[in-house]
Amino acid sequence: MNTEALIPVVGVITDIRIDTPDIKTFRVVTPDGKKAFDHKPGQCAMLSIPGVGEAMFSITSSPTNTEYMEFSIKKCGCVTEWLHAAEVGQQITIRGPYGNPFPVDDAFAGKNMLFIAGGVGLAPLRSVINYVRHYRDRYGKVDIVYGSRSKDDLLDYDEILHEWMTDDGIDVHLTIDREQEGWDGHVGFVPNYVKELGFDTDKVAVLCGPPIMIKFTLAGLQELGFDKTQVYTTLELRMKCGIGKCGRCNVGSKYVCKDGPVFRCDELDELPDEY
Amino acid sequence: MRKCSTANLDALLRTIAENASLYLPVDGTDGRAHFTKWEDGVKMSDALNTVRSAKDFFFPQTENLMDFKVEGKTIEIIDTREECEDFVIFGVRACDVRSFDILDRVFLVDPVDTYYKNRREHGIIVSMACTRPSETCFCRTFGIDAANPGGDIVCYKEEDAWYFDALTEKGQALLSKLESLTEECDTAAVDAQKDLIRERMDKLPLADLTADAFGGDKLNTYFNAPEWKSLSQSCLGCGTCTFVCPTCQCYDIKDFKTNKGVQRFRCWDSCMYSDFTKMAHGNNRTSQLERFRQRFMHKLVYFPANNEGIFGCVGCGRCLSRCPISMNIVKVMKELGGNA
Repeated sequence: MNTEALIPVVGVITDIRIDTPDIKTFRVVTPDGKKAFDHKPGQCAMLSIPGVGEAMFSITSSPTNTEYMEFSIKKCGCVTEWLHAAEVGQQITIRGPYGNPFPVDDAFAGKNMLFIAGGVGLAPLRSVINYVRHYRDRYGKVDIVYGSRSKDDLLDYDEILHEWMTDDGIDVHLTIDREQEGWDGHVGFVPNYVKELGFDTDKVAVLCGPPIMIKFTLAGLQELGFDKTQVYTTLELRMKCGIGKCGRCNVGSKYVCKDGPVFRCDELDELPDEY
Repeated sequence: MRKCSTANLDALLRTIAENASLYLPVDGTDGRAHFTKWEDGVKMSDALNTVRSAKDFFFPQTENLMDFKVEGKTIEIIDTREECEDFVIFGVRACDVRSFDILDRVFLVDPVDTYYKNRREHGIIVSMACTRPSETCFCRTFGIDAANPGGDIVCYKEEDAWYFDALTEKGQALLSKLESLTEECDTAAVDAQKDLIRERMDKLPLADLTADAFGGDKLNTYFNAPEWKSLSQSCLGCGTCTFVCPTCQCYDIKDFKTNKGVQRFRCWDSCMYSDFTKMAHGNNRTSQLERFRQRFMHKLVYFPANNEGIFGCVGCGRCLSRCPISMNIVKVMKELGGNA
């Protein structure tokens, strides 16, 4: 391993799963078939294609997966478009892990958990959800609220249907934005659905999704009586170095790549409204 | 303290340059001072300071980080780092010397930037006191003493002699190599120069500028201040302030395709630029007001919040003389701090 944080290692894409019309999940290992590095739930990695660019992605697989890492990536820019066109066997570069993880082993320990995600915002939460499922006896009841534009936009629907929904002590609440043929589940936006479900405040909530969803869901949770200290989220800003030096993700005195991306919502109050 | 007669200075510089690359301020064809590699016949500039700061020596404007060989679906990463050769920067002013401390607080904190560290370890700084500070100088606002500029060796220039004092082991080692050209002396001439410098500093137009109104706890005091609108209104977003600033260290990382492969390099960037924070899904600072505010809040509030109250400005005054619309940190401090 080299000594410079900015120098990556080579990774190989060993599997590509098409999740939605614009999200694919990439499985990545080193050329000798190992995980590139260990990580904790909520941490990120820099992936790059030399000559195309480098970008930060949340690691969607759980640290309990010792064989490989997975990244659920939405096609929306140069690097992601290139990745979406890539084939199995393609090499990329990877460096990390970056950022602070969710406090799965301290603040979350023994707690009832409420996960709320919108769209590709499930990607960082999936790492925590599967960590909690792996160490099931360390946590209380688990609720998962997940919404997307349509049924076809639900990320990793198979795992949700066949693993999460069949687990004991886990309730999964799915919603889509508009009525759709073949969908008999809930229809409506995530923030409203959370309020309708009316959760007890005896739990820790973990939120991720588009900024507007985070804002309204947090307000909804507060209406239900949640304190901001019970709610965690993860931010996304432009990053280049990943180690708090290049200045890009600086908000107030924090660097999202290093001091985040995971924040407790009361900590966000101490930041200027620029994220 | 040791002194070298002015007549011997060339010999002294030559001796330094025998063991390490030596850089010093030299007047360029544009009539302005730039750090330039010393060779026989090169004359040191009399200018107060260089157009660009000395940060280039440790954090160059562009530098290659690594190479990639790409063949089909495979990638080879080539670590191109090399041990830097020893070099000496001669005639660095107190403001720029302090800027190295500020850059260290970014690049040398864990995880260490090895590119920066390599240069830092091999660079020897010979500072120089400012006998003729200018009207754009305000280093004292940030507790910097132009009469005691720091570095590995400090030097004082007088009409007939140059005075040197080693401040670090590195400086001591270099000064000991110059023993035949220097002689031990008392501090009388230097003490007199220090008094003169302080007298001149007292009379500068910005002598009374204070940063007391700023600091790590002032986010809520200034972030939504109405003054940002008028202060930022004329900002062109050209980034000149950032480029001449000795403490600005934001950078970009980009790839460049060559005939043989791909080079990944980094280059200076500016939070004043409209695409600095632009992402595929949006931009968290869409207006020049927000970008302008970011630069000054970072120097006056965010940086001190993370660095025991040390400000991210050294008062070198470069932005005062270079900004095309004459906007600068002094105006920002006066306007926001209420002593306009």
